[in-house]
Amino acid sequence: MATYLLTRLLRAFLTIVLVMTFAFVVLRLSGDPAQIMLGPDAPQDAIDAFRARWGLDDPLWKQYLAYLQQLLNGDFGVSMRDGSPALALVMERVPATLALTLPALMLKLCIGIPAGVYAALHRESIADRGVILLSIFGFTIPSFVLGLVLVLIFAVTLDWLPSGGQDTWRHAILPIATLSIGGIGILARFSRSAMIEVLGQPYIRTAMAKGLPWRDVVWKHALPNAAVPIVTLVGFMVGALIAGAVVVESIFSWPGVGRLIVVSVSNRDLAVVQCLLLVIAASMVVANLLVDLAYGLLDPRLRAARPAH
Amino acid sequence: MSFVSLRDLRVSFDGVPVLHGIDLDIAKGEAVGLVGESGCGKSVTWLAALGLLPGKARVSGSVRLEGEELIGAPRPAVEKVRGARIAMIFQDPSSSLNPVHRVGRQIGESLRLHRGLRGAAAREEAIRLMDMVGIPAARTRIDLYPHEFSGGQCQRIMIAMALAGQPDLLIADEPTTALDATIQAQILDLLASLRRQTGMAMVFISHDLGAVSAVCDRAAVMYAGRIVERGDVSALFAAPQHPYTHGLFAAIPEIDADRRRLQPIEGTVPDPKHLPPGCAFAPRCPRATGFCREHLPDLKPQAAGGEVACFYPVSLTQPHREKALA
Repeated sequence: MATYLLTRLLRAFLTIVLVMTFAFVVLRLSGDPAQIMLGPDAPQDAIDAFRARWGLDDPLWKQYLAYLQQLLNGDFGVSMRDGSPALALVMERVPATLALTLPALMLKLCIGIPAGVYAALHRESIADRGVILLSIFGFTIPSFVLGLVLVLIFAVTLDWLPSGGQDTWRHAILPIATLSIGGIGILARFSRSAMIEVLGQPYIRTAMAKGLPWRDVVWKHALPNAAVPIVTLVGFMVGALIAGAVVVESIFSWPGVGRLIVVSVSNRDLAVVQCLLLVIAASMVVANLLVDLAYGLLDPRLRAARPAH
Repeated sequence: MSFVSLRDLRVSFDGVPVLHGIDLDIAKGEAVGLVGESGCGKSVTWLAALGLLPGKARVSGSVRLEGEELIGAPRPAVEKVRGARIAMIFQDPSSSLNPVHRVGRQIGESLRLHRGLRGAAAREEAIRLMDMVGIPAARTRIDLYPHEFSGGQCQRIMIAMALAGQPDLLIADEPTTALDATIQAQILDLLASLRRQTGMAMVFISHDLGAVSAVCDRAAVMYAGRIVERGDVSALFAAPQHPYTHGLFAAIPEIDADRRRLQPIEGTVPDPKHLPPGCAFAPRCPRATGFCREHLPDLKPQAAGGEVACFYPVSLTQPHREKALA
């Protein structure tokens, strides 16, 4: 188990370093922050001064080494726009995003998985067909369309809920609904097929032949096995908790991480974008680690080999 | 009265009949072999009897366990029979055990369910059963997972699990098919000796005639969803009367005879969707006539003993038994 964990940790670290390097290079090759920040009409000396101030004239490798050294000192740089620390800028947005994505994740889990399992247990019933239909509906509608449709219905036509902003809990309802509907559909579909797959396995027949009540066959024998593939998908959803609401935050003017990504990328605010990508990569990597750990807990075959008796 | 009696048991999948009325009696303590090619309905017969077929299967007829009807009985009633009165083990032992539970827990589940044993008592009994089926160092291996055992050992664990409910009848559905030849022999020995020790009856489903002769008193040969011949194993093996049974023996290589080509049964098992109107074996049968192709023979007692469903049974005697045992 220790080597299992160690290799996973090493891989996680490498992933973060790769993402960081890639982001660093691509951002610097894809546009000049001085031009974008100062505008097309900015005088040359202002641009030169800006580039000198942020070290943009140095060769790429030199900038990269400086950035690495900065990171090692725990310094994530400052925003080119207003000089405030990048990490603080990012972190102050995180709670707002989590206020949307966490409830959405809960809804996905609490509705998607039971719906999928129920459909699998009542295969080809009306409920099953209903679940399939709704889940296709859920995951084929892009969130920007769904968000706008919800605004049209519940904000514009019915006037029940606000169409944007972050003032009260009522402002969060439409963004959370938009975020969760697709995920509920995907999870329901996925749980259904995972469960159907497991129910067809010989060990389920064994559990039935043993005389176990159907309830125990489902809860003790089928679900623990179906959990393995479902956990993979849930892992992706957990990984997307911080970065998964870019579109929805933009539609509903929700001041979260997603909005910050959009604004700082279009401004080429290098330190902020890099810091964002690091935080997002870290959250993905942590989610992946958790998934790996969960695999080990759920399926003994995936644990490191034990000494044979 | 027989312990289990099947009467006109029929099964169809999506409207396609695969079992065409099986009549079979199993007495307490006896061992009956069910022989036939893959897809002839051997396993389906018993999966249907225990209600283990998927929901799309339509089952009709009667399965009585000491007079109690199982077909159409409420689910809890059938669940009470499974494992406790009739236990079943399967062809692929490695995938028949739940990969995420320790084997001790899987055996313990049956002990709790059928004998009310829990905790330390269940654990001790599980160890005793694992010892009984020949798992070495059972005390230390009870907490291992199925993937930490070989295929043969998994089948032993399946047998231990089946024994946990102290059943009166064990259905062994091709229990040795997925195993190496040497392990097959060990499992057959184990089943035979457990039967002597516990006195339980056994239905041994196999396409291996040698295995059936090693463990069974009686045997029934199935073809395309029907029983075509049955009788005592010794008589059946000495003088098979149905051309299909005859063909099965002719296809077994002889170790001590001169080298000669094996005689396969020409053709293949008919598709259940397109069964011929008469005898299902007629298209492959060297003895078939126009009459066979149009009429369906019933299973009838023969003067020479046993029952055969054939208009022109084979009557010559051949030393098949030795061949099968070779």
